[in-house]
Amino acid sequence: MPSTQLDFSERDLERFREVQQLAYRCAEETAAWLEPGVTERQAAAELRRRLIAGGVEDFFHVPFAWFGDRTAFRGFRVPFQFFPSNRVLREGMPFVLDCAPIIDGYTADIGYGGRVGENRIWDRLCADLREYRELILRLVREGHALDEIYKQVDALIARHGFDNRHQVYPGRVIGHQVTRQHAIGPKGVTLFGFGIRTLQTLGRELISERLHGRSPLWADKHASAHAPTPGLWAVEPHIGFRDVGIKYEELLVVTGDPANPAYWLDDDLPHVRRWQAMEAA
Amino acid sequence: MSRGDPGRVEADRIVESAGVRLAVYEHGDPGNETVLLVHGYPDTHSVWDGVAALLAESFHVVTYDVRGAGQSSAPRAVRDYRLDLLAADLFAVADAVSPDEPVHVVAHDWGSIQSWEAVTDPGAERRIASFTSISGPCLDHVGHQVRQRLSRPTPGNLRKLAGQLLHSWYILIFQLPLLAPAVWRLWLARRWARVLEKVEGVPPTAGHPAPTLRSDAVRGIALYRANMLGRVGRGARERATGLPVQLIQPSGDHYVTEALTEGVERWAPRLWRRTVQAGHWVPLTHPAAIARMATEFIRHIGGEPASRTLRRSQVGVRRARFADHLVVVTGAGSGIGRETALSFAEAGAEVVASDIDEGAARRTAELVGVLGSRGYGYGLDVTDESAVRDFAAEVTARHGVPDIVVNNAGIGHGGPFLETTTKDWHRVLDVNLWGVIHGCRAFGERMVERGEGGYIVNVASMAAYLPTRDLPAYATSKAAVYMLSDCLRGELDGHAIGVSTICPGVVSTNITRTATFAGAGEAEQGRKRDRATGLYARRNFTPRRVATEIVRAVERGKPVVPVTPEAKVTYLLSRVSPATLRAAAKLEVA
Ligand SMILES: NC(=O)c1ccc[n+]([C@@H]2O[C@H](COP(=O)([O-])OP(=O)(O)OC[C@H]3O[C@@H](n4cnc5c(N)ncnc54)[C@H](O)[C@@H]3O)[C@@H](O)[C@H]2O)c1
Repeated sequence: MPSTQLDFSERDLERFREVQQLAYRCAEETAAWLEPGVTERQAAAELRRRLIAGGVEDFFHVPFAWFGDRTAFRGFRVPFQFFPSNRVLREGMPFVLDCAPIIDGYTADIGYGGRVGENRIWDRLCADLREYRELILRLVREGHALDEIYKQVDALIARHGFDNRHQVYPGRVIGHQVTRQHAIGPKGVTLFGFGIRTLQTLGRELISERLHGRSPLWADKHASAHAPTPGLWAVEPHIGFRDVGIKYEELLVVTGDPANPAYWLDDDLPHVRRWQAMEAA
Repeated sequence: MSRGDPGRVEADRIVESAGVRLAVYEHGDPGNETVLLVHGYPDTHSVWDGVAALLAESFHVVTYDVRGAGQSSAPRAVRDYRLDLLAADLFAVADAVSPDEPVHVVAHDWGSIQSWEAVTDPGAERRIASFTSISGPCLDHVGHQVRQRLSRPTPGNLRKLAGQLLHSWYILIFQLPLLAPAVWRLWLARRWARVLEKVEGVPPTAGHPAPTLRSDAVRGIALYRANMLGRVGRGARERATGLPVQLIQPSGDHYVTEALTEGVERWAPRLWRRTVQAGHWVPLTHPAAIARMATEFIRHIGGEPASRTLRRSQVGVRRARFADHLVVVTGAGSGIGRETALSFAEAGAEVVASDIDEGAARRTAELVGVLGSRGYGYGLDVTDESAVRDFAAEVTARHGVPDIVVNNAGIGHGGPFLETTTKDWHRVLDVNLWGVIHGCRAFGERMVERGEGGYIVNVASMAAYLPTRDLPAYATSKAAVYMLSDCLRGELDGHAIGVSTICPGVVSTNITRTATFAGAGEAEQGRKRDRATGLYARRNFTPRRVATEIVRAVERGKPVVPVTPEAKVTYLLSRVSPATLRAAAKLEVA
């Protein structure tokens, strides 16, 4: 039953934070390991290997890796195209690593963008991505409805001259709710890229939220015409320009407490550190 | 004619060359680099008066009457007009006026033919620094070209040969005994000023035609007789040069066509090839353009950065389709305008992005930079005529005359005619029509003045030919832009300035979020905007696709370009069955 307050303890949040840190660490290591010649499949497998070595038991969805114009989902028509392909990484290409590990029911869902060598477009996108993180947090704190925030993000994308790439995700989602998984069934088994347990949890959430006229998915549709419910939201603005796409994905804590309605679960993340370094430079 | 006659100019010095006395005239500071101007037939140094005055501001300018013309002496024998002697004259003048430094040669018509002889002389680089050739090919090059075309008589080659032959009728006539001199003596010399004015659009000036015209013309026939057949026939020699050569081809030259200089890069690999929108007597009709082109070239050879049009004209350099082009876009802060700026940038162009929203224009310019080109952002309200003029002046001063101007800024307005206020009408027409008028005028003038062609794109709409009760003001403004563009195309064609009218259908941009609706209250406005925005979003035709069509329209010189299937279908209908569209205009859609 969805509540009007956050029903995670500090301890729970700490565990979510740890899984998110682990996921980003594995993504960073995989990114450092990448070099021209590697395929998306190899990259995704490497990411998975590192996550499992780090103690991950199950996945909310399988690890993804996208190279080149696939970072901007160019030419994507069917969901199968999200799966890692034999695309080979070349000098100057952007890439995105995306994974959603689960440990003890605590889920992270992260996205990590990078480039091999020089890429001016990527640099611009990366710098501008910062504004989205600030905008989304501000609007959530101001209590705006999810679909309204989505449209404001769209307006920022238009002002920047970029295009909205999260609309390519199933359901056009820019985010989705994350809960602690309590599910039965074999760990590590996936169906259509989603863990069996994930599907159970997701199904339950969908039904229960729908009963309350809300959606655990965050899109620009009528179902999202409500302020975010207290809990954890994985937020993933994904923007593109020409053949380059970039995203980040991280957990937003919505508290239900007017004194501090929302905050990012963790600020010590690679994209935030990048912006800090840029600012310092 | 003797000294002291009216219309005669005293020579500043006399230079002796193989027994011939050459009358030499000097302008400007002798301390500056020397530019040597060589005239053609049947002219004298005075053909350069306008150009020389302009160049004298920054160069030491030297002109002279070639042997047989003006105040120089005129040997009798035809063989005394051989090219090697004429080239020797040029060197003699260069030695006299600039003994230490090589000179820059700018030459026209027969002056250019002689100068080619000098420029391709082994060791010429000691006396000549650069060569600007206007309407006068190297006869040896022509000889090789003719032989090559005859040896491979493809239809294309034969057509080119026949074409030039048609333009060269006078050369054949000049080979006949008696006829040409008689025509000059008995009739043409007296009429020459009239002929020039009528046929070539060259008004008579103080020194031109020269008072010596009759004798110049008659003696000058020797130039043709002494040189033509030998060179163009079997006697063509291998004449090459490592000197930088700028070929200026007048687009409307009745005598020397572009085909004549085809393949010259084989002999002159450091070659720049430019076109000027003018006739054969371009030094007289367009002195400013010639002075500017010569200056740009000479300065560049001296190590300064080349102007954009000069860069573009360098032969043998691989470049992106619109590299070294400057594109100006209005309303470039959003939608079709921004994407057009970006598409041109991707094709290599430098872009001036302007918008009433300066921040948005700057952002577009920044994205141009991200795409690897150079972009400049400006705030500009296209409804403000003086602002547009100032903008054109500033752009020209800072970045040069644009090669392509895209008048794109526009606003949407819907609602019934009877509820459209006068104020609404003014707002819509001010942006959508007057904005285009101001843009066309401010930049069109500069393109014409530059004389190197250009392109104007006006973004109309399918509403230009699709009547509807929903968009009376908007559609009227766009129909006006459509007609304006058709008229302008006719006028600018002679200046090699193309005009395209772009007619997009339903494109997903910001326009639906800023559009206004006549007779609708505040809340109703918002609802209508949302509905239109939703409709346009579902149509999902991106402004980038329109931009691609705009770039293609410029590339191919397409006059009218409907973009999106609905725009194409209605365009066709408006031609074959306008009554259908008139009937459909009664339907309420929005
Ligand atoms: N979007 C469509 O469906 C469509 C269809 C046919 C024609 N058009 C035409 O395309 C052109 C571009 O429109 P768009 O769809 O990209 O709209 P848009 O609203 O996204 O962009 C128009 C730009 O013009 C600017 N602008 C408005 N008034 C201005 C002024 N007075 N001076 C300077 N700039 C001004 C705006 O700030 C904006 O950046 C317009 O002329 C429009 O009429 C659009």
